[in-house]
Amino acid sequence: MTDTVDEMIARDGKDLNDPTTGDVAIANYTINFGPQHPAAHGVLRLVTELDGEIIERIDPHIGLLHRGTEKLIEYKTYTQALPYFDRFDYCSPMAMEHSYVLAVEKLLDLEVPLRAQYLRVFFAELTRIKNHMLNLGSHVMDVGAMTPNLWLFELREDCMNFYERASGARMHANYFRVGGVRQDVPLKLLTDIADWLDTRLPRLFEDAISLVAENRIFKQRNVDIAVVSRDDAVKWGFSGPMIRAAGIPWDIRRSQPYDVYDRMEFDVPVGTRGDCYDRFMVRVEEVRQSARIMKQCLNEMPEGPVLTLDRKVAPPSRGEMKQSMEALIHHFKLFTEGYHVPAGEVYVATESPKGEFGVYLVSDGTNKPYRCKVRPTAFSHLQAMDFMTKGHMLADITAVLGAMDIVFGECDR
Amino acid sequence: MRAPAPKYAPNDGVIEAAQAALGDAIVESKDAVGEVSLTVVRDRLVEVMLALRDTPGLEYQQLSEIAGADYPSRAERFDVVYQLLSFTRNHRIRVRVTTDEEKPVPSVTGIWPVAGWLEREVYDMYGVLFDGNTDLRRILTDYGFVGHPLRKDFPQTGYVELRYSEEAKRVVYEPVNLAQDFRNFDFMSPWEGAAYVLPGDEKAAPGPGPADTPQAKPAAPTPPPSDAPKVPEAKGAPTPLSADEIAKADSPSVKPTEPQAKRSKTKDGPQDTGAGDSDPGNQPDQKPKDSDVIPTKGEGQNQ
Repeated sequence: MTDTVDEMIARDGKDLNDPTTGDVAIANYTINFGPQHPAAHGVLRLVTELDGEIIERIDPHIGLLHRGTEKLIEYKTYTQALPYFDRFDYCSPMAMEHSYVLAVEKLLDLEVPLRAQYLRVFFAELTRIKNHMLNLGSHVMDVGAMTPNLWLFELREDCMNFYERASGARMHANYFRVGGVRQDVPLKLLTDIADWLDTRLPRLFEDAISLVAENRIFKQRNVDIAVVSRDDAVKWGFSGPMIRAAGIPWDIRRSQPYDVYDRMEFDVPVGTRGDCYDRFMVRVEEVRQSARIMKQCLNEMPEGPVLTLDRKVAPPSRGEMKQSMEALIHHFKLFTEGYHVPAGEVYVATESPKGEFGVYLVSDGTNKPYRCKVRPTAFSHLQAMDFMTKGHMLADITAVLGAMDIVFGECDR
Repeated sequence: MRAPAPKYAPNDGVIEAAQAALGDAIVESKDAVGEVSLTVVRDRLVEVMLALRDTPGLEYQQLSEIAGADYPSRAERFDVVYQLLSFTRNHRIRVRVTTDEEKPVPSVTGIWPVAGWLEREVYDMYGVLFDGNTDLRRILTDYGFVGHPLRKDFPQTGYVELRYSEEAKRVVYEPVNLAQDFRNFDFMSPWEGAAYVLPGDEKAAPGPGPADTPQAKPAAPTPPPSDAPKVPEAKGAPTPLSADEIAKADSPSVKPTEPQAKRSKTKDGPQDTGAGDSDPGNQPDQKPKDSDVIPTKGEGQNQ
């Protein structure tokens, strides 16, 4: 017996008293999270290096949904380019259109009728509610709760129905236009949304949130997960709920108001710890504030045209075309050649539900954009994934991803 | 500025402050369409960015975006455009450097780590190299992609297409095969100065056209009065002016704007065209005496 032990010691060159003797050295190993994973919110591949269950390094591989939209836009007229914006962040389509129409209007120096500005703010806020319903629900589900997601999806379905009644499409609305919106909304739609804001939205939403906001398991999964300091949030280019959760009261609607946001009264919620739970609660409060803005819009919205009457930019009505040759010519010219945007470049960023959604538009004076660069919100947030998850457990990836609110139509473009 | 675009702090004094802080690193600075943009010397980019971030009175804390742009006719064909945002001053500024396929741009990842992916994207789309970015891989295009798709000389259709092959049991790449030719419409009107020869017009003498006739010579193009507002007939009409000139000429002090809702939509109602009138101007005594006379005989286009 002794001989055998001596032999082993001689072979391994180790002392029996060494506490590590006999331990198996475990090398770090690398796994793929995705590309098809229900919690990846689309096609995301995270090459994850793990030490046991502790995350050492994450390398997100994106681009699996890259469709070359920016290249396509360079070959389309300004009008034809608009529907592509619905396909960026397909969870909040009208917010994407908003940046683009504002950028083109800035280059054209075009006035927009007041009712159109109110309608755009109104639907941008409806879009924010729609987006947050999906994100809050899936965040909750990613960390293990099923019921709130289903309840919030009901509200999202309501939003889609409102979308359909305004624009004819449930998701890819293509409703905003350079110079206003496509068409006026029926009065019944506005009164229905007002009823919804007063009754159904608060009831279902507060019910669903009451299940998770104080829930012990939900807090254990989110509080103190992926804490981001203010400095890091600025350096990593955070925006939207992500930067507000880190404690910086920055909201483009408030600081750099566009359309009629300067007439709106709303609060900007700010987090205190900068963790996943704060990001969740900031979005919850934003839903309430969006409802507040929508009610103000309904109260103040004036009558009037909803699209600029400049016939070189906006088409005439169908009835007018039957009466007037000039209207017919304008219609034909607009839908073949389109309008010409004077040469220049602008960068216009709006507060989309996910953060700062910017459009850098270069025009060369023709009817097609020379360059249209989109600043996605997800790019900077997802890039921070590596430092945010370092040292956390594998299961926290879903919580961090859910709290980031990533949509790959926008990230990959 | 009448467009309802996001309104941030005014640009007054920003260019002067930047010039004081950056000195001769600035190649060009302009305030156009309400936005300040600086073109800076490429090799001094990092120094410029640090000054823009840390100088009191500039304080651009965040890098929002890096965009590439391709202008193939230039010697240094690529623009790399940085959008900076100041939270404390509520202001945006644009910083631009130019480069070509070979000369690298200094990376700003040391200042803002967010630049890592943004620079990777510019590299992926345009092939611009960044000196100091330790992770300059492709980011959006496919694994093994060849070329830089947002360059103007890269075709919109690309070069390869892929499909799942049942025989090979994997995704295979094949050259692009279009069932129909790619259509790209040209909207340049010939009277707006198309740079090519129109079909059927090949024999026409190059150079000045109708304006070269003796009659037309005295009528030299008179420059428009300088005080006339230089705005196009309507927004959206083709114009040689830039967006900035229009925004300035269109400021309320120059042109009082009547509310658009009150303006008549068209100008060809019956009262304008004379349609339905008993005497729309074609009575015998109102017609030309000899309808065969062509006023420009010998010079018209129909000879």
